[in-house]
Amino acid sequence: MKTYLPSKFIVERDLEQCIKCEVCVNQCTFDVNYYDAEDDEVRSREENCVGCHRCTVFCPTNALTIRRNPLDYRENYNWRPEVIEDIIKQAETGGVLLTGMGNDKSYPIYWDHLLLNASQVTNPSIDPLREPMELTTYLGHKPDGVDFDHNSHSLKTQLAPQVKLEIPVMFSAMSYGAVSLNVHESLARAATEMGTLWNTGEGGLHPKLYKYGNNTIVQVASGRFGVHPEYLDIARVVEIKIGQGAKPGIGGHLPGEKVSAEVSMTRMIPKGTDALSPAPQHDIYSIEDLAQLVYALKEATNYTKPVAVKIAAVHNSAAIASGMVRAGADIVVLDGLRGSTGATPKIIRDNVGIPIELALASVDDRLRQEGIRNQASIVIAGGIRNSGDVAKAIALGADAVYIGTAALVAFGCTICQQCHTGKCPWGICTTDPKLTKRVNPDIGARRLANLLRGWSLELKDILGGMGINAIESLRGNRLQLRGVGLTDTELEILGVRMAGS
Amino acid sequence: MKEKTPNVIASKAKQSQVVTIDASGIFYRDLNAKLRQLVLNGTRKIALHNVYGQRYIGTDLDEPAEIEIFGTPGNDLGAFMNGPKIIVRGNAQDGCGNTMNDGEIVIHGHAGDILGLSARGGKIFIRNDVGYRAGIHMKEYQDRNPMIVIGGTAQDFFGEYMAGGILVLLGLNLKEGEYHKANFIGTGMHGGVIYMRGNVQDFQLGKEVGVAELEEKDDSILKELVGEFASHFGHDTQEILKHKFTKLFPLYLRPYGRLYAY
Repeated sequence: MKTYLPSKFIVERDLEQCIKCEVCVNQCTFDVNYYDAEDDEVRSREENCVGCHRCTVFCPTNALTIRRNPLDYRENYNWRPEVIEDIIKQAETGGVLLTGMGNDKSYPIYWDHLLLNASQVTNPSIDPLREPMELTTYLGHKPDGVDFDHNSHSLKTQLAPQVKLEIPVMFSAMSYGAVSLNVHESLARAATEMGTLWNTGEGGLHPKLYKYGNNTIVQVASGRFGVHPEYLDIARVVEIKIGQGAKPGIGGHLPGEKVSAEVSMTRMIPKGTDALSPAPQHDIYSIEDLAQLVYALKEATNYTKPVAVKIAAVHNSAAIASGMVRAGADIVVLDGLRGSTGATPKIIRDNVGIPIELALASVDDRLRQEGIRNQASIVIAGGIRNSGDVAKAIALGADAVYIGTAALVAFGCTICQQCHTGKCPWGICTTDPKLTKRVNPDIGARRLANLLRGWSLELKDILGGMGINAIESLRGNRLQLRGVGLTDTELEILGVRMAGS
Repeated sequence: MKEKTPNVIASKAKQSQVVTIDASGIFYRDLNAKLRQLVLNGTRKIALHNVYGQRYIGTDLDEPAEIEIFGTPGNDLGAFMNGPKIIVRGNAQDGCGNTMNDGEIVIHGHAGDILGLSARGGKIFIRNDVGYRAGIHMKEYQDRNPMIVIGGTAQDFFGEYMAGGILVLLGLNLKEGEYHKANFIGTGMHGGVIYMRGNVQDFQLGKEVGVAELEEKDDSILKELVGEFASHFGHDTQEILKHKFTKLFPLYLRPYGRLYAY
């Protein structure tokens, strides 16, 4: 069938600068650039271009410019080019539209409507360059109170397992199979170097990475891929995945093409078969069932590590989170509307869930109202872009955040949303052995660690400016936030006051 | 990995010795802590009496210890289990063999829902009937191949989402002309095999399964598994195997491969 889909991008090649080196030909994974031997020219099939800009970065003479095809249809606010193209695609395939990464629509980004405070005159700000500044965060169940032996001054209360983070930013779940082993290794090494955690996602853990176990969160999802006693034993935290911001209520299908010999080993399924993650966990149909799995995992790990439960932020998150804490979750993970993924039905990604800022504020409120906020840490994910977002999240009530997309951008990702094709030009979201080499774990780990170092310096600056010297004092400290451009209801849910008031 | 007990002689003496525990009134967490401690110290045979719903028995033991249970163990019996053999003189509840890696479970009675959910290895034998979604999402990998044999019949979604392993449903308690209870058998199945003795109607099968006659290879698998089943519960293997079996297999290795527009 002839496709009616127009090209999304225009590839401009400056022929005066092009030296016909074919770097662009070799770098493009979507077969856009090709060498025409007859004419001795490098040419482009623009209709294949996804706008990843791999070629422009690697072109040695800067001969390439990728521009958006203006697609000047007759102006129509309702029937935008994206809407038209989606319909064309479905008319030609009859399938569910798949996409990668997080929600790209214009829903409000509340971080951009929240502003942080700073000290002026009445209390001194702190200079983090000269004074100690602490970002240390402990994740896990905290006791209702502490009891001391008054003679020996030692703690009598038995504490639940705690995890110490040097920076309250962790790497979000990305499974091996979706991303490559080199990506996993980079994440594991960066997390270890920076004193934080990375998350295996639901595809198991390659034995090569067991040595980073102390900085590893292992995931137990509905497919239970690669979940075995050793996997649970080496982990620092076990996370039950109920849902994901990019696809609340939806399972996952890792297509057989991506299940290589190595992926098959880690997931513990035959090579080339689809790895199907059912939508629900079939042993969890209620909060009581969740408690059962939480404690099954605690039993399986002899109560030595916190168990986290991750849900997508949905309309009833606050009530669900309360149930999760009562079910024994030591860490509540909320993944918001903008949470990312390697593959999701577009219609789900773009229409299901709620903004993470609102979910966080309401969950934190609810747990406080019920007097159980101490029983679990709150970790949020989904669209955290910089240290400003981190500071605002912590002030709203989070203990720590997960970053996924930001970490991938550190690897080179330009959010071209083609993760689901398995052809990631940056070699991140692919298991093609030729492409995975594009991520060198030495360089990947360096770039990730650099990012975290930059953010931790900035967080200290933000704290110092507020006159606060420990991130603990910012947690749930919503007085450090003010809202701009928000309605009364939005301000009420966020629990912050209007700027100026 | 847990450290092995260093004293080999002492542990050998303990291995032959049966430790008996009266579980009545013991909280599951304390009971499992006790089991963990016994097995770590080299005990290889344990008898649990008066078990009333304690969960997770057999979890986190990681040794081929034998645990005989008198009473009714609670949910998630043998969840994430890796090695032990569990014999239940009574019924098992839901989640028996959940994500089991290795070992054996023998139930002299019924089992509840999601028997062997996502199991990757080991064997489970149920004398009577099982609840909903037995064998759901079992998977196999290399030499790991979970196997479940059920003497009676099963409820709906038997073998749902099955990705590997072997399920055998014997229907020994079905009367002449009576059909198995389950509907949606093998829905979403994309690996493994189901052997059924006793009648099912076409509408009871999921649309992802095909029906085939047994081949030589199937006969030898069945002979072995049914033989083990019969020896556990005192049946006659030949008598069971005399009846016709059908084989259900996944029609597609990728049942959902054509859902998407890229």
